[in-house]
Amino acid sequence: MALSGLEIFKKLPKTNCKECGFPTCLAFAMQLAAGKVELEKCPHISEEAKEALSEASQPPILKVEIGSGEDAFTIGEENVLFRHERTFINPNGFAVTVKDDMAAQDIEKTIKEVEGLEYERVGQTLKIEAVCIKGTSGDSQKFKQAVDTVAENTKKPLILVTEDISVLEELASKLKDKKPLLHAADSENVDKFIEIAKATGCPVAVRGKDFEDISKVTEKMRAQGIKNLVIDIGQRDLKEDFFNQIALRSAAIKKKNRLFGYPTIVFADEMAKDPLRETLAASIFVAKYASIITLSTTSPQNIFPLMVFRQNIYTDPRQPMQAEEKIYAIGNPDESSPVLITTNFSLTYFIISGEIENSKVPCWLLVMNVEGQSVLTAWAAGKFIPELIAQYIKKSGIEEKTGNRELIIPGYVAQLQGELEDELEGKWKVIVGPREAGEVPKFLKEHASA
Amino acid sequence: MSFQAPKNEYTGQIAKVTLGRDGSQLAVGGDKALPFYTFEGEIPYRPVVAMEVYDSKPGNWPQTVSGYFSDVWDDPVKWAQKCVGQYSADAICLQLKSINPDAGDMGPQDAGELVKKVRESVEVPVIVYGDGPLEKIAEVMKKVAEINQNTNLLIGWVEEDNYKTIAAACMGYDNNVISLNPLDVNIAKQLNILLTQLGLSSDRIVMDPSTTALGYGIEYCYSSMERLKIAALLQDDKMTQMPMICNIAPEVWKVKEVKESQEDYPQWGDQEERGINWETISVMCTLLSGANIVVMRHPRAVEIIKETIEKLL
Repeated sequence: MALSGLEIFKKLPKTNCKECGFPTCLAFAMQLAAGKVELEKCPHISEEAKEALSEASQPPILKVEIGSGEDAFTIGEENVLFRHERTFINPNGFAVTVKDDMAAQDIEKTIKEVEGLEYERVGQTLKIEAVCIKGTSGDSQKFKQAVDTVAENTKKPLILVTEDISVLEELASKLKDKKPLLHAADSENVDKFIEIAKATGCPVAVRGKDFEDISKVTEKMRAQGIKNLVIDIGQRDLKEDFFNQIALRSAAIKKKNRLFGYPTIVFADEMAKDPLRETLAASIFVAKYASIITLSTTSPQNIFPLMVFRQNIYTDPRQPMQAEEKIYAIGNPDESSPVLITTNFSLTYFIISGEIENSKVPCWLLVMNVEGQSVLTAWAAGKFIPELIAQYIKKSGIEEKTGNRELIIPGYVAQLQGELEDELEGKWKVIVGPREAGEVPKFLKEHASA
Repeated sequence: MSFQAPKNEYTGQIAKVTLGRDGSQLAVGGDKALPFYTFEGEIPYRPVVAMEVYDSKPGNWPQTVSGYFSDVWDDPVKWAQKCVGQYSADAICLQLKSINPDAGDMGPQDAGELVKKVRESVEVPVIVYGDGPLEKIAEVMKKVAEINQNTNLLIGWVEEDNYKTIAAACMGYDNNVISLNPLDVNIAKQLNILLTQLGLSSDRIVMDPSTTALGYGIEYCYSSMERLKIAALLQDDKMTQMPMICNIAPEVWKVKEVKESQEDYPQWGDQEERGINWETISVMCTLLSGANIVVMRHPRAVEIIKETIEKLL
């Protein structure tokens, strides 16, 4: 069980030196207890105290890495129940499932599809993190062959699901450099899994039918110093697993219960009767706390929306996503097309560019970097002001792209019009656009016909 | 020691609002727990899945959804009946686009009678959204409330700058009001305070947090709705306890990711299923954060969402 703030405080130097960034040792202790700061921030702590406190300083849900090298992915480290309280930390991994009774060429085809599912969006690469191989045939040879086929065709981390523990042991030692996730330890076989985990360093999924069952296994593993665990308490039922995921996260964060303080895996592919329903089920567990979600579908119409949803939910609310500062050419604009300017708050950019597309009027949209603030906020903060806008216009290269010298500014900063024209040395005419994005299509159509 | 999942201690409850009258009556709200947290408290009424009906043929819909309605979109009555009869809509959301001076400039009397005709043709509650300048919406909705008096119509919308006309009409004619806020907890509260100070009972108000679509800042909706729900349930903040409506279909079906074809964007896959997923995930995001009414468009998305709500409750 984690220590309280006061218990931690007793072990700190109590000098109130402030070098940790907090006014007192007690304040630091409280933050440490809440998992919001690292113990290393205290420069004067004794080795002895450090050891005693290292556990308490760990996040309520431990960090676990699946796979190795560049393709490895990190899960866990979460410390809130609601993203607005701080942020969700490590996006869940998506794993596509292959079954060992599939023909080798079908497995290869699936892997090829998985490799192709990659999207660039708002400066991030969205992809499938892992491949999950399930021993559904009951034939250990087939399972080994399937794992070989997958491993030969992808560098993505593997999740090995089989009830045959001797095969799992063999594969774990063979693939130990790849650090696959081994599924699953339970209260019957835990001793064997402790051996395998110690010998190979592979992360282990802990399977249990209920919370007591899970805690028996995680307790034994902890006692042996094995921390790379992922919890599978799945009933493969939407309602049950919705409750299970919330209960696990609440127990780890609110009660600081270390026995449940691990990332989780949810098998969405075993929960729904078709890909559309599977996709929706998976989206529920993106929002509600799964760390790995398995899928049977590789169709982009399912995967792409899911990945966008994951990106949305895991966006840090404290740092708005920013659109890239550049000139966006919407609908093949030419010399006569309108030129608009806005700020690089991603929501502002998305909505404005969407409305310009809807208007069917080709436009040049200048998106200026104001550290991701909206128009009014950036203006108030002195980042979207005539002097800086004029500097940006000059360096943006828009003057080389078009001979049009009419600049449309957002209606909310109408007051900038005169001063901006002065800053632009009379080379541009500044026109006040609408206040709301929804009025942009009408404005552009009228502007085009005027 | 047996494991007890830690539970939230709820002190507040979402207000219960009645929609429709007689044969078409439904209740929303009354929740005593976070959305779908039935293991922590009672959620007496299922979220309502409303389907859209327009007062005129919509332009600019992708073929992947327009095909389901092209046989009825000259007639809002048939359209509403198809949504209820064939697609099992829990409610009808009549989007009055034609009242916009730029899109037909339909007058208050005609709008009020159209609402009445649609309302009388289906046995489910009717929600009405206007379009265009707030002054015109207020003028029209005042008449809509009068012509459909005492029917628990849900009328949208009012904002901080323009709430008195519609709110007074709803009070006088026993209908319900949608209070719109721009993804902002404080503005939502402020408007609800103004409405209740005017004398509107809080069980006559449904909040619209201005939902956006998946990929277009839906995380802002998710968190601002979640904050409203937490304030209502865990802090017993009366001015956040109104149920919420998300008029999300128009947002979903206008985004590029739904409108572009598979030919032009092969890496995005089948266009129709992509659109269905875009709608179901967007809607589920709002349901998980607290929507009590969702406005939807694609019949298959409606079917999947209704089934999933059923499973989760």
